[in-house]
Amino acid sequence: MNVLVYLVPVALALGGLGLAAFLWAMRSGQFDDLDGAAWRAIADDDLPEGRG
Amino acid sequence: MDQATDLSVFVRNPTEGVSAMDLVVDGVHCGACIVTIEKGLANEPGVRGARVNLASKRVTIEWDDGALSPAQILKKLDALGYPAYPFAAPMVDSLEAAEERRLLRCLGVAAFGAMNVMLLSVALWAGASSDANGSTRDLFHWLSALVVIPCVAYAGGAFFESAIRALRQRAVNMDVPITIGVVLSIAMSVLQTLEHAEETYFESGVMLLMFLLAGRVLDQRMRRKTRDVATNLAAIKAERAVKLTANGEAIDTPIAAILPGDLVLVCAGERVAVDGIVEDGSSDVDQSLVTGETAPISVAPGALVYAGSLNTSGALRVRVAKAATGTLLDEVNALLEKAIEQRSSYVKLADRAARLYAPVVHVTAAATFLGWLLIGANWQPALVTAISVLIITCPCALGLAVPAVQVVAASAMFRRGVMLNSGDALERLADVDTIVFDKTGTLTLPQPSLANAAEIDTEDLALAGPLALASKHPLARAVAEAAGARSPLAALEFPGQGVTIFHEGKRLKLGSIGYCKAEAQAVEVAARWPDASLIAFQGPKRTVVFAVRQAPRPDAREVIARLATAGYAIEILSGDREAAVAAVARELGISAYHAEMNPAGKIARLKVLREAGRKVAMVGDGLNDAPALAAANVSISPITAAHLTQAQADALFLGDRLAPVADAFALARKARALMVQNLWLSVIYNAIAVPVAILGLATPLIAAIAMSGSSVMVTLNAMRARSAKGTTG
Repeated sequence: MNVLVYLVPVALALGGLGLAAFLWAMRSGQFDDLDGAAWRAIADDDLPEGRG
Repeated sequence: MDQATDLSVFVRNPTEGVSAMDLVVDGVHCGACIVTIEKGLANEPGVRGARVNLASKRVTIEWDDGALSPAQILKKLDALGYPAYPFAAPMVDSLEAAEERRLLRCLGVAAFGAMNVMLLSVALWAGASSDANGSTRDLFHWLSALVVIPCVAYAGGAFFESAIRALRQRAVNMDVPITIGVVLSIAMSVLQTLEHAEETYFESGVMLLMFLLAGRVLDQRMRRKTRDVATNLAAIKAERAVKLTANGEAIDTPIAAILPGDLVLVCAGERVAVDGIVEDGSSDVDQSLVTGETAPISVAPGALVYAGSLNTSGALRVRVAKAATGTLLDEVNALLEKAIEQRSSYVKLADRAARLYAPVVHVTAAATFLGWLLIGANWQPALVTAISVLIITCPCALGLAVPAVQVVAASAMFRRGVMLNSGDALERLADVDTIVFDKTGTLTLPQPSLANAAEIDTEDLALAGPLALASKHPLARAVAEAAGARSPLAALEFPGQGVTIFHEGKRLKLGSIGYCKAEAQAVEVAARWPDASLIAFQGPKRTVVFAVRQAPRPDAREVIARLATAGYAIEILSGDREAAVAAVARELGISAYHAEMNPAGKIARLKVLREAGRKVAMVGDGLNDAPALAAANVSISPITAAHLTQAQADALFLGDRLAPVADAFALARKARALMVQNLWLSVIYNAIAVPVAILGLATPLIAAIAMSGSSVMVTLNAMRARSAKGTTG
């Protein structure tokens, strides 16, 4: 059972990471516009002008 | 726009040197729109950035102070093909948005806690505690406590606060048993851990919070969505007024920036956008949307005009006034205050359930404790069993029973064009047995239209249409619309009388009865359409009289019949003349009507109905309806209603059709039935689970399965609120 000594902290840290990611996403407005994000992903705004 | 426009009231300064404005852009619906708007604005010099929110159909734009004027931005967006409307978010929006973020944060924390505790608990249930002295089990319990206690303390905050608030007022709401259940389950688990006991209930406590928070987040989201749409619509139809400055300039100004004391110009054919006193000019004003009275009244300097009335003939200069004593606005405000004071407080279904539920459960738990003591058990195991009864009855399903249905039903209504303003409106709508309608603007369309088109020769109508298009008069507009006229004739307008032109060698005239010498025909038409305003046309062959009236909504007759079949008593309370109301009542098949009612009269009638034990829904739009809306059990307004009136309504409906109103009642009844069903489902669940717990057989595993099982069952049942029999769509 010695494996628990590092497995439990690892599990908690991973969970904590997930929570931190969620809180960050919320604070930076990722959930403000749930419809727009789907379209932004396919917008060719990274291509040079006139080639999209 | 040739007039200067002052939009400074909508501009905010998020940081030094930067201006920002929020705009409603109704036309955005896909990715291409986002790119067009954002790129188009970003290419403008001085613009720092623009961000489109597709879900709420809004754009936030930031620019360097002074680089651009707000009007230029609107013009640019218009050139891009997206008409935009500035708006200032109401204060309540930012508060609600903060609440939504808080709930979401709590949900995240509770989910994190539930996930990690389950990791430990499932391991224990699977036999991880098989070592001889139980040290692994103790370690896992301590770890669970470490995770759960801070998570619950944070995520449960909303429930704890609300429970304490309720207890302070010596009341019980659903949050009280929730709080007791959660706190006790955690506290007992800590004691059990100290005692090296085998079973703890950490996961039950945190999972319960997670389920309930998920329900609340969805509820909050749905309400935000409906509020967003209402704010957008308000921005789109936001009226402007032409403000006259001290040096005589005319500036097109949004209503939000007009202050009492300002002088405003109202041209013929425009709606008055403010309440005020006529300073200069004279005209006939149609106040039908304010008082329900369809016949125009003459105003002269010193007369009062109200926002929403239509200036039909001459230009007016109006001095904006606050509600002065003795005016209609003042009377409405006074009645409104009184009505709100006397509004009977409705006890929500969930709170009524909690009032019954909390004492029963707590007495059962106490009886369990005493029972075990009586049959000779030690006080400790007896207490553990008693608390496990409290935990297993903790109202997870009960807490979800009502909000889950609310979310589904509110979104179903939203799809049918009904927006709920208040949380318990759904339940109050379901209680209704009597529906009282206002006539003008509610049963009828707010815009006037030609009533006797069928009786008029098409040739005459085809000639009258282009002539009517040349006039600014609202009655003429209805004629032009009925004729489908596109290009106006270059006619001469005599204000207050009519328009005239020589056309193919004949003199054509369109205007007042006297102007066209149509007195004989007018008598006949007036008898046929008692509630109509008349406008005459002198054509090449004959003179005809058009009857223009606010026609009933296209589906009003069917909807009224549908509501009557569903068992509702229906009544009309109108401020209009007896003859006009009777005509509409007859047309729609409504036998009970009261005409010439002032705001106080409407309230008095509602009081009579309520004292007879009726549950009354009021549907109205005018300023004169506002106090009645507040006094009714529940109220609905069309989105075209006056601002003050909309604020009193529990629900708003969109569009020209009346069907959303009937749908709202049908969906509310269905939702109410499902809520009751859900409450019974949780009672049945408790009836099975409680004896198990009393016998001391409720292990944490059973508690976890039973709780999530009942929550899922209740949620699935709530999904059925999406449709109701007899509704469209």
